[in-house]
Amino acid sequence: MSDFTSDFWHLYVAGLTLISILACLVLLWISGTTKVKSAEDNTTGHVWDEDLREMNNPLPRWWVYLFIITVIFGLIYGALYPTFGNIQGKLGWSSTGQYDAEKARNLDAIAPLYAAFAEMPHDKLAGDSGAMAVGERLFMNYCAQCHGSDARGSRTFPNLTDVDWLWGGDIDAIKISIAEGRMGIMPPMAAAVGDATQVHNLAHYVLSLSGSPHDSVKATLGRPSFSSCAACHGADGKGNTLMGAPNLTNNVWLHGWGIDAVTRAINHGITNVMPAQNMLLTEQQIHVLASYVWGMSNKPTPAN
Amino acid sequence: MTTQPKPSADDEIEVSLYQAQEKIYPRSVEGLFSQWRWGVVWLTQLVFYGLPWLQWNDRQAILFDLESRRFYIFNLVLYPQDFIYLTGLLVISALTLFLFTAIAGRLWCGFACPQTVYTEIYLWIEKKVEGDRSARMRLDQAGFSATKVGKKSLKHLLWVLFGLYTGFTFVGYFTPIQELAMAFATLSLGPWQTFWVFFYGFATYGNAGFMREQVCKYMCPYARFQSAMFDRDTMIVTYDEARGEPRGARSKKADPTSMGLGACVDCSLCVQVCPTGIDIRKGLQYECIGCGACADVCDDVMDKMGYPRGLVKFSTQNGLTHGWTVRQMVMRVLRPRVLVYTGILLAITIAVFASLAMRIPLKVDVIRDRASMGRMVDMGRIENVYRLQIMNATEQPQTFRISIDGLPGIEVVAGAKVDLRPTEVRGVAVTLQVPPDVAPPGAHRVQFHVQSETNRSLHVVTPSTFIVPR
Repeated sequence: MSDFTSDFWHLYVAGLTLISILACLVLLWISGTTKVKSAEDNTTGHVWDEDLREMNNPLPRWWVYLFIITVIFGLIYGALYPTFGNIQGKLGWSSTGQYDAEKARNLDAIAPLYAAFAEMPHDKLAGDSGAMAVGERLFMNYCAQCHGSDARGSRTFPNLTDVDWLWGGDIDAIKISIAEGRMGIMPPMAAAVGDATQVHNLAHYVLSLSGSPHDSVKATLGRPSFSSCAACHGADGKGNTLMGAPNLTNNVWLHGWGIDAVTRAINHGITNVMPAQNMLLTEQQIHVLASYVWGMSNKPTPAN
Repeated sequence: MTTQPKPSADDEIEVSLYQAQEKIYPRSVEGLFSQWRWGVVWLTQLVFYGLPWLQWNDRQAILFDLESRRFYIFNLVLYPQDFIYLTGLLVISALTLFLFTAIAGRLWCGFACPQTVYTEIYLWIEKKVEGDRSARMRLDQAGFSATKVGKKSLKHLLWVLFGLYTGFTFVGYFTPIQELAMAFATLSLGPWQTFWVFFYGFATYGNAGFMREQVCKYMCPYARFQSAMFDRDTMIVTYDEARGEPRGARSKKADPTSMGLGACVDCSLCVQVCPTGIDIRKGLQYECIGCGACADVCDDVMDKMGYPRGLVKFSTQNGLTHGWTVRQMVMRVLRPRVLVYTGILLAITIAVFASLAMRIPLKVDVIRDRASMGRMVDMGRIENVYRLQIMNATEQPQTFRISIDGLPGIEVVAGAKVDLRPTEVRGVAVTLQVPPDVAPPGAHRVQFHVQSETNRSLHVVTPSTFIVPR
């Protein structure tokens, strides 16, 4: 891709560079052949303030040779690397090319490491301190922005260290969550439940499922409305990992705890997205990362 | 620029803008100052070539490991965070140089500077192969011959070998020298090691073999600004003009006073031995590096003539004009300039070493978690997450316990204990909780305490903030 929108600037820069280098050479040639008048006692003959005289101490000649060497270096460099406007240079170097080459070299270097990790099952991997150090770095780079450095999440970002899983906590489910991302949708249910009082009673019933503070009379009244929820959350409210419907009985409140938060969820629904990571991570990296996440809530098989 | 008759300033000549380098053939010299110089050559070179081989605590005693960013100096392990100590060292070096210059002129230049030391060594090799000054001049003027090619090749071979060994030793300060020697022997040096061995070797060869006094005259910044440290009581190489002039050749038996001559026999040996090719009898010149070679050789001549020594000697401007004794000149050492330099030098040296002695080899950086400001967990407790970058700067494994204060009931609920390997740096996630309603919404100052269980003296307090959400 051209750096300039018009060809003129490319020629302008290239020409200016070349002219500058040539001007340096001309200057060197002129100064090398010029003779200046000097008094024989090594002064220029200039006198200031009655007796201040200027010495004429010329540069050493090797200084000129250094200058010529830099000019030659500059021309060779210019021929090899992109120097003159848009001209690519003989080596075909570019910063993106260098980045790709370094990335490829790095991937080559870590390939044997990941190949060894790929051979190991996740429960062994979770007990391997070397693999987990890699896993932690991957987590820090790709996951910690949302789930937190300690993986305990925050509001709307699930805690990964407990045993509550929206989409399943076995290794394959975790891998799918990382690779393809997840999109959990709860539609607004107010219309299906009924009027505000019914929603309010239903919310109390939902709170009662986990033993959270609630009004037991309202909970009993709200119980029949829960049939609208049972399609996803199950008749017993224990959720369904196939559609990411949360367990309502275990006191984990991703979107807020208490009557107001639950009422808001029923009225307005919830949409929550985890983006796919498979554009950024290789399959082997996902294997290590998933094992790391799995190991936060499961006991790894000790390495033998 | 040697001994032309003094023309009047009106005589104009045409000169080029550039000066061709006149090759200087310094005659070898023996005497007190030459012995001192060789003493310093041996001392500095034994230290330079020997130190990397010294082992300490099962590792190289002095190793600046750039790759893992750890700098080992005997018992001390420094990290990039300790860079201030390098600054301190450079400031101390600079001030020491100022102090020595104010008292004794270009003592560094003439006796200890690597440029002088390596030129001395290269000149010695040159003398062993090609002979002394006159033999070298004859050889250079002689036509092409097998002897000339042989001598020149041998000299350059020895120079190159010495330069390469110097480059090798230099690299040995930055990468373990024993492994480097193995790699060198098996020709399996890494690309950067190879580059630096050859670069530093080439620099030694070029500077000590060819550039020599050109470095002092045109390149060295210190040579340019040291005149700022000079005064009339600074020790310099002086020529006693009152005693020496008028100069002239004479027989050893002749009485100079009856011939109307001074003590200078105009043998020009002082010019021949000068490594920068100047005539000290013209007075103090910026090229003079204060090596004392002319003083050595002139003392020899004076001895042979049966005159008292010291026509060319280390003295001061004041000492020379007032005819002071050594004692009188030494009295002048305690002048304000010297006292100020000494005072600043002492203060900074004490500060650097005190700070080094009190340095705690444990560094902690507290970074608030980027994801969540603060979260509410079970029972309305408030939780904040931090990442602590803990650097165990000791060479022993350490177990650190992390505690917190600053808010009532604040506690570390996760990451309170961490084991670090020797010199390891690790980030640990630390979770803090406070009970509900102990603090209003907003940011609150808290202090992390990181304490080693293995070594009680390793204790660092680092402040951070705890955020209570609205």
